[in-house]
Amino acid sequence: MRNKFAELIYKNGKKNNDIYLIAADISPAGSIKKFREEHPERFINVGVAEQVMIGISAGLAMRGKKPFAYTIAAFSLYRPFEMIRDDLCYQNLPVTIVGMGAGTIYSNLGGTHMTQEDISIAKSIPNMKIISPADSLELESSINYCLKNKKGPIYLRIGKSGEKNFTKESKQKWIFGKIRNIVNGNKIAIITYGPIIKLAFEVKKKFKNKSNNFSIYSCHTLKPLDKDGIKKILKKYKYVIILEDHSEINSLCSDIKNIAFDNRNKTKILSFSLKDKFFHTYENQEDMLNLHGISVEKIFNKMISLK
Amino acid sequence: MVNQKKVDLILNKRDIKLTKKRCSNYRIRILEISQKVSALHLGGSFSCTEILDILFNKIMTKIEKKLFILSKGHASILQYVILESQKTLSKFQVNNYCKKKGFLGVHPDRGNPGINASTGSLGHGLAMATGIALAERKTSNRIFVVLSDGELQEGSTWEAIISIGALKLNNLVAIIDNNNLQSLEKMNESHPNMYPIEEKIKSFGWNALSCNGHNSSQLFKIINQKKENKPLAIIAKTTKGYPLSMFKDPIWHYRSPNNEQYLKAIKELKNEK
Repeated sequence: MRNKFAELIYKNGKKNNDIYLIAADISPAGSIKKFREEHPERFINVGVAEQVMIGISAGLAMRGKKPFAYTIAAFSLYRPFEMIRDDLCYQNLPVTIVGMGAGTIYSNLGGTHMTQEDISIAKSIPNMKIISPADSLELESSINYCLKNKKGPIYLRIGKSGEKNFTKESKQKWIFGKIRNIVNGNKIAIITYGPIIKLAFEVKKKFKNKSNNFSIYSCHTLKPLDKDGIKKILKKYKYVIILEDHSEINSLCSDIKNIAFDNRNKTKILSFSLKDKFFHTYENQEDMLNLHGISVEKIFNKMISLK
Repeated sequence: MVNQKKVDLILNKRDIKLTKKRCSNYRIRILEISQKVSALHLGGSFSCTEILDILFNKIMTKIEKKLFILSKGHASILQYVILESQKTLSKFQVNNYCKKKGFLGVHPDRGNPGINASTGSLGHGLAMATGIALAERKTSNRIFVVLSDGELQEGSTWEAIISIGALKLNNLVAIIDNNNLQSLEKMNESHPNMYPIEEKIKSFGWNALSCNGHNSSQLFKIINQKKENKPLAIIAKTTKGYPLSMFKDPIWHYRSPNNEQYLKAIKELKNEK
């Protein structure tokens, strides 16, 4: 997804002189290098200085430019939090904050590099929009939306490397603010977002001949949340599974449970979110997710125990 | 970079007289408001009165006024009364400062007439001005930003100072209201190593100059001097509560005078005129 992001910035930046990339010392992967070489005046590396990255983006947006503030998710959101709140959200300026390698993707780099609670934090600020594409295809649609966006900041939460294009077969178009059906079944709905969609497909596959029972939804827009879309899903399916690479606090799972409660919905909801805990495991993301209770095996076992 | 227009460096006698009169009137107006609403920063507004006056009345073009950032947002009452004198805000609007019917608060809100940035939390303005300066690089507009010296204690201000120097944004002018007095105490006591300020800023690729921040002629000359290929910082040496000695104490950072103090202050200001 990181390379796709670079490619999209390069492609769009070529024809649109208003696009600026404000990076905080992140390696110029893929086409970012080309963008920098061809448009040095619109590629600003502020260095390890995330607060000024956001402030500069705010100033550019005040003058009608299209800035993308870009670095690793943990540093793009946590370090300059007050700048995001005051400069971008309070002033309602159209800046895209790109959080790369979000969730547990950077597990082997430790807790300082992970974002277990980024959506929760971003969601709490008025005027903020949040998009988390599942793959490169959704990323392209997301970037197109960000380029058209005229009001308010967007937190664009993206993955890092070579995710498969899981949403390729979807019959529904990507529309900002609308939950999207990726594969269609009739008994169980898995609602997820971001690159962890991969696990949803693996769980589905494990059910072999019963896998046609599964729907998979990409809830790519986390704020504003498609409440009506979710209401319909809660009505339609007997079981709803929520799978996310994010803390259980102020998450998609808590939002969906709120919607179910408000609508007196009786659907059985199972959620797989990150625990409210820091774990110290460094081998890979799979291990980290496993400690949080998320694995294909665990999801599968819990599902077969359903009645 | 666009060539600098030819500009005056000297304020004539008449200008000086008018400048003094305006500054006195702004201070009187702020004191008037302080008798209706106690929520205002009197000391820090009085310390930068000459700075904002010269910018709004003698330096900035119409467009540059739309790019101006008051990073020390707590002096917004001063910006409001200046905007009132220039008819950007009406008397009615300023009279309703911090009132139910009004929309002007203690700190500036972007979107209000004449206000370009919502500041109030310190250490934000210079970075936003950096973005504006980048966007305006191909124009002849200068970007003015007024900071408090307390903002030099914010790491984010230094992030901006470093970036502005590296980007060689010579269209940016930062004026630091160096009144040396914060909510709690004097800066040369709490942070003695902050001085000399000029040298620190210069070391990041800026031109940095000091002047008497209550001397409009000096401010005018420094701001209008020939542009170098560097951003410009002006360390304006000021006195909190100037010219009234009674407001020099740190308690006047955020306090309004009682009626007796108010009358005394008005009298002193009128004598100054």
